[in-house]
Amino acid sequence: MMNIFNYIERKSPVHAMTGASKLVCLLLWSFGAMSSFDPRYLFALFVIAVILFRISKIRVADIRFMLWFTLAFCILNNVLIFLFSPQHGTEIYGTYHEIVHIAGRYTLTWEQLLYHLNVFLKYLATIPIVLLFVTTTEPSEFASSLNRIGVNYKIAYSVSLALRYIPDIQREYHDITLSLQARGVEMSKKASLGSRLKTTSGTLVPLILSSMDRIEVISNAMELRSFGKNKKRTWYRDRKFTAWDFGAMLLGLAVLLVSIWLTSFVNGGRYYNPFV
Amino acid sequence: MEPIISFKNFGFKYTVQKEPTLYDIDLDIYPGQKVLIAGPSGCGKSTLASCLNGLAPFSYEGEYTGSLKVKGVEARDSGIFARSKVIGTVLQDSDAQFVGLSVAEDIAFALENDEVPVDEMKQRVQDVAELVDVSGHLEHAPYELSGGQKQRVSLAGVLVDDVDVLLFDEPLANLDPATGQSAIELIDRIWKDNNKTVIIIEHRLEDVLHCDVDRVILMDEGRIIADATPEELLCSDLLQKTGIREPLYITALKYAGLTVSPDMHPAHIETLTLTEAQKEKVCEWFDRAARPEKPKTGDPLLEADGVTFTYSGGHKALEDISFTIRKGEMTAIAGRNGAGKSTMCKLICGFETQQEGKILLKGENAADLSIKERGEHVGYVMQNPNQMISKVFIKDEVGLGLSLRGRPQEEIDEAVDAALATCSLSPFVDWPISALSYGQKKRVTIASILTLKPDMIMLDEPTAGQDFRRYTEIMEFLEQVNRSGVTVLLITHDMHLMLEYCDRALVFSDGRLLADDTPAAVLSDPDLIRAASLKKTSLYDLAGLCGISDAKEFTARFIECDRKARRGL
Repeated sequence: MMNIFNYIERKSPVHAMTGASKLVCLLLWSFGAMSSFDPRYLFALFVIAVILFRISKIRVADIRFMLWFTLAFCILNNVLIFLFSPQHGTEIYGTYHEIVHIAGRYTLTWEQLLYHLNVFLKYLATIPIVLLFVTTTEPSEFASSLNRIGVNYKIAYSVSLALRYIPDIQREYHDITLSLQARGVEMSKKASLGSRLKTTSGTLVPLILSSMDRIEVISNAMELRSFGKNKKRTWYRDRKFTAWDFGAMLLGLAVLLVSIWLTSFVNGGRYYNPFV
Repeated sequence: MEPIISFKNFGFKYTVQKEPTLYDIDLDIYPGQKVLIAGPSGCGKSTLASCLNGLAPFSYEGEYTGSLKVKGVEARDSGIFARSKVIGTVLQDSDAQFVGLSVAEDIAFALENDEVPVDEMKQRVQDVAELVDVSGHLEHAPYELSGGQKQRVSLAGVLVDDVDVLLFDEPLANLDPATGQSAIELIDRIWKDNNKTVIIIEHRLEDVLHCDVDRVILMDEGRIIADATPEELLCSDLLQKTGIREPLYITALKYAGLTVSPDMHPAHIETLTLTEAQKEKVCEWFDRAARPEKPKTGDPLLEADGVTFTYSGGHKALEDISFTIRKGEMTAIAGRNGAGKSTMCKLICGFETQQEGKILLKGENAADLSIKERGEHVGYVMQNPNQMISKVFIKDEVGLGLSLRGRPQEEIDEAVDAALATCSLSPFVDWPISALSYGQKKRVTIASILTLKPDMIMLDEPTAGQDFRRYTEIMEFLEQVNRSGVTVLLITHDMHLMLEYCDRALVFSDGRLLADDTPAAVLSDPDLIRAASLKKTSLYDLAGLCGISDAKEFTARFIECDRKARRGL
């Protein structure tokens, strides 16, 4: 079964960190990366992310599917930006340096190219760190970290349960489609996209019904063992904060501060503009 | 002594139902007792359990009359959380109730919710894990555990709270026979060593009675109809009346013309004592009883030849499997979970493809057929009918296969009517499926397969979680389908099912085919029984007790006699 959104067990300092510190770092990092359009800064974040990946011992092969998925999405995003707004770069940077005229209103400019580079780098700067968080944080650790940063533990726990059941539901979906195929539902590429969508929606009914059964059983099982009794709960997987945890949070903070510094003092805005 | 649980003139009605589910329950259970609550599905035993642990009315809304006191406290005055500190519940589906991500976390779940400090929690988890013998698996994820281990973890998860009462809701439902036996032994050990009160809800009487039980409470239609010792109950005719399967050796004694009486000590096969005269009677019956008919043989329908399959992860699931299924047979594929039974089915249906060997369907290499084409030869019925049903109305669901093949409407209607008639579903033709019971839904899924007129239907655990009455209903229906000419292949770990309904059993273990023989022969072979996690039938011991050396033949003749009795011949 394909691993899409799952914890990958390895022995590494990143795995050993508390989920809370990783989550704080992830949030600060994302704010930083999202607010800046400085390619130097974004590229630096990408390099740091690659180093963190090396430390975590998660291999590219482990997350290949998500990487391809992101890449495809990133390309699609860039193509759409160009199609709908070919002069977006010029609007932002205020100058116009033509490279080549393509057709009609489509002229490629250096400004547009820089903007696309920024978009691309944004993916590079954020996606790896999200994947790193997901693959190195157990769902229960994730729930406890959400709880630590102030999210109600009932909500935090349901998020982690949902994550945990993704593989089960995938497997069940797979079984249901196979049994439908055996009865004659065409799900291969031979069928048109429309009819495939229709039959896929047919699998949703059994999938939802059996998921409802599952939810009832699990919520009963949880209530019978005092879930929701007190305002707080403790966590078996609770870990002590180590130097790595403080390091991670400091790193996240530094990433955000650099972003603010660049925006406020260096670039005079969110965009780094080499054209003026 | 004060009873720990006391029902007085108790009744319960679910808000969503018109009629009460429980009536006039008067029952006292004393500390340290071990009580079995038995009864057919719908008799109210699960509701009784829900009233005990608080799920009713806190989770399933309803109202009750009369009084229920748990440890002296009126149930109305205590919430579900307080109740769970007195009564720990091990639910039926140990898979679905596995809350934690690993064994340790699951055991710790109740402690986490009680805000127990982490250091103390770890110690208590360790202690209780040792008690139920899972301390070697603390870091394992649920999917790495066997069914029996998961159940031990569930048990540990309630023992960690040091409850007074352990309540088991159908603990045997999802376990293979050998694991079920050790589960019953574990429950017995916990009961004896830890001074707990134990309540077991189960309809598999013979399996629970493997260990001593103080009382059996028999329920039917929402009332308690007997509160007796196992011996008293086995000597009465109440079990047959309520549709609970009595132990096989008891049935055999009755066939031999004996009256079961308390001085025989009939509660366990090990304690059963017969006088010489009584043994003589059993032997006479054995000599007199009809020999089983030779199973009919038709042309080969499905042949597996040297099939070997390895999953992409490198796990070798099947190795060099060869067998032939002939037209008209009713065959069981048996073996514990993970033995390769389901993988074999996936290969037959074409969901997966073997690396070596061949599968032939009517002499034709199945590799040339698509999943859809194979589906016209072999219909596959999944275990859970909810996983197969994708339409709202019975008619549409049953006709789905044909309408997908673009058949004319009249032909579809005709086939649907015929299939519904075979499945005794004709009166429901215009009903929405959601209004049907579980057993009826099962029949809808079988009907939807039958419209394609396959040569063979293959069913995954068709009777899982069903009581004796519904089990009999489903199996007799399948027998009828079989007699109409459809070959039937059943995947099961239910020994009774193999024994009573199948001509043949293919026994899988660790990816190999260990045996291909009659069920009676399989269940009389101690080595095979051990290897496949089956359990020897009590008939085997009864034959031994009466000095009959051919236990296999004894079992076979019993089954023959039983089949005839069932068909009213």
